[in-house]
Amino acid sequence: MNSLDLLTFARGTALNAALAVCAFGILLRLFEIFGLGRKADLSPARPTTPGSGWRTMYARSIPPPGMVRRDPVTYIAGYVFHIGLFITILLFAPHIELIREVTSLGWPSLPSALVDALAVASIIALLVLLAHRFSNPVKRLLTTGGDYLAWVLTLLPLLTGYLAYHHLLFEYTFMLALHILSVELLLMLLPFTKLFHVVSVFISRWYNGDISGRKGVAS
Amino acid sequence: MTATLAKGINAFKEVMDAPIASFFSSCVHCGLCAEACLFYTESGDARFTPIHKIEPLRRIWQQEYTLLGKLGSMVGFGKEVTDAELAEWESLVYDSCTMCGRCAMVCPVGNDLTYMIRKMREGMVAAGHAPEGLVTATQRAISSGSPAGVKWVTVQAQIRRLEKQHGYTVPVDQVDVDYLVLMSSWEILNFPEYLGAVGRILNQAGKTWTLASDAYEATNSGIQIGSSDLARELVSRIVSAAERLKARCVISPECGHAYTAIRWDGPNLMGRPFGFEVKHILEVLDNLRRAGKLKLKNQKSLTQPLTYHDPCQISRRGGVYEQPRTLLNACASDFREMADTGVMNWCCGGGGGVSANERAEPLRMNVFKKKKSQIEALGVKTLVTACANCRVVMEEALEHYGMDVEMLGLTEVVADQLEEN
Repeated sequence: MNSLDLLTFARGTALNAALAVCAFGILLRLFEIFGLGRKADLSPARPTTPGSGWRTMYARSIPPPGMVRRDPVTYIAGYVFHIGLFITILLFAPHIELIREVTSLGWPSLPSALVDALAVASIIALLVLLAHRFSNPVKRLLTTGGDYLAWVLTLLPLLTGYLAYHHLLFEYTFMLALHILSVELLLMLLPFTKLFHVVSVFISRWYNGDISGRKGVAS
Repeated sequence: MTATLAKGINAFKEVMDAPIASFFSSCVHCGLCAEACLFYTESGDARFTPIHKIEPLRRIWQQEYTLLGKLGSMVGFGKEVTDAELAEWESLVYDSCTMCGRCAMVCPVGNDLTYMIRKMREGMVAAGHAPEGLVTATQRAISSGSPAGVKWVTVQAQIRRLEKQHGYTVPVDQVDVDYLVLMSSWEILNFPEYLGAVGRILNQAGKTWTLASDAYEATNSGIQIGSSDLARELVSRIVSAAERLKARCVISPECGHAYTAIRWDGPNLMGRPFGFEVKHILEVLDNLRRAGKLKLKNQKSLTQPLTYHDPCQISRRGGVYEQPRTLLNACASDFREMADTGVMNWCCGGGGGVSANERAEPLRMNVFKKKKSQIEALGVKTLVTACANCRVVMEEALEHYGMDVEMLGLTEVVADQLEEN
């Protein structure tokens, strides 16, 4: 198998398999959550409330006052990583081209040099967060093998993408194939690792906001 | 009923629901919940990280309710939850958590950790790993009607004193009234001025009210220890009394967890909505004020600088945070807010049954450093609150730290601001 064969495999069979596993996994995990059900709350909700599940779904992206000062590393590196990753995925011209091919939906891209810088920022943020996981006593206590797995799964697409874009390390076709395969590995394991928060964060935030909102608190 | 590990594990399984599953699914181990918890911020001990306190419950969820966890258990992965482990977790779940809910406000993925701790305690008590102090208080509440063992004769003695002092009759077991008035143990034993104040205010407003001789105590140790069965028993006494006396509204006293117990958990424990309203005393006072039934002197009674301590269950977990401010501003000319306040307040350190758990006292005193620094930053010598438990906990801690700060209950502040008849 030469590089081109590998790329063809990555773009065809592997992509389909990864998408299927990811979709099945997400459905399974959603079923595992919602299948448990939730008892109706019989206490009368407050008639007027500043909060709700929908509000908390987006409002929780903003840190409460005083919290950034308490743990600046987690907040700042966390924002840099997430924003950098989103922009790299969604506003990089070749990615938009791929999405357009598959879905015929497209949107304008950001200059590639800027996306490149943000991808590097994301990688640095991931390294900072890893170092923080080693040094911060709370994170050290909470950390499991799953956290390192999720870290590697997230780093690989960023790193291989960066190397492919700059024609570094390996020949371009081979690097691009590795990049796509790393994304596929991420997709397949996303539902079964903490990376599932990509989906479940909307559910947990909604419940949080709903529980508080009915009591008249915007959480 | 004897408690066993099997019963505990069963209880863990019974409390599992979609919110819990979504919370465990979303946790990314960022550790930010610790930064919102005063047990961590004041000690630096990582074991006090809120999500860590729920670890045994998480493993039950993973092993029983996820495919991957089940497969893992089958091939020998997945550490079983043991009796020894729960014994070790007991102090984390009960001594170092007041169920204040501050962590639930900051968790970036939206985990309501208080909701999880409450569920965790169901399994802990069923497994026989609840602290002795809380177990005793709950047993007393079931047998005598009050966690502090307060009997009706004690209340009667208080009634007679109040009647002499204020010159009005305290109605007992009156039928068809606007309000059924409840008290917490502390209000019966330490702060009789609460009942005196409520009576003066409701009488002036022309409202009918009563005490019930079989349901005068609102404190619910069942909620604190985490036993729905016991919590239901305690709530049902209030519900029967309110229905028998045809009260249109039950007033939850200046007590945080009592409010949670009857206002939010009550109908769910009973499995039916109530035919009467449940309001915290501050809501009642503010409603009376808005209806023009609370006639207050223009001259404010309190002129010294003072601040208000939000009881967690009243503000963050109860939604009553504007009313105390409106009321206090009507009575005090120099009301100063603490830096973190309202729904982001810091707990007194004694909620959620911690104050009934003697073993937790050193921890409780240590975490009060947070409140101490908040009070000192304002330079006030008067601290108003609306929870008798917060008040007792803070009065003890103020004494412990040798702080010259006076504490007042907001209801009595409002009563003292009433126009003379």
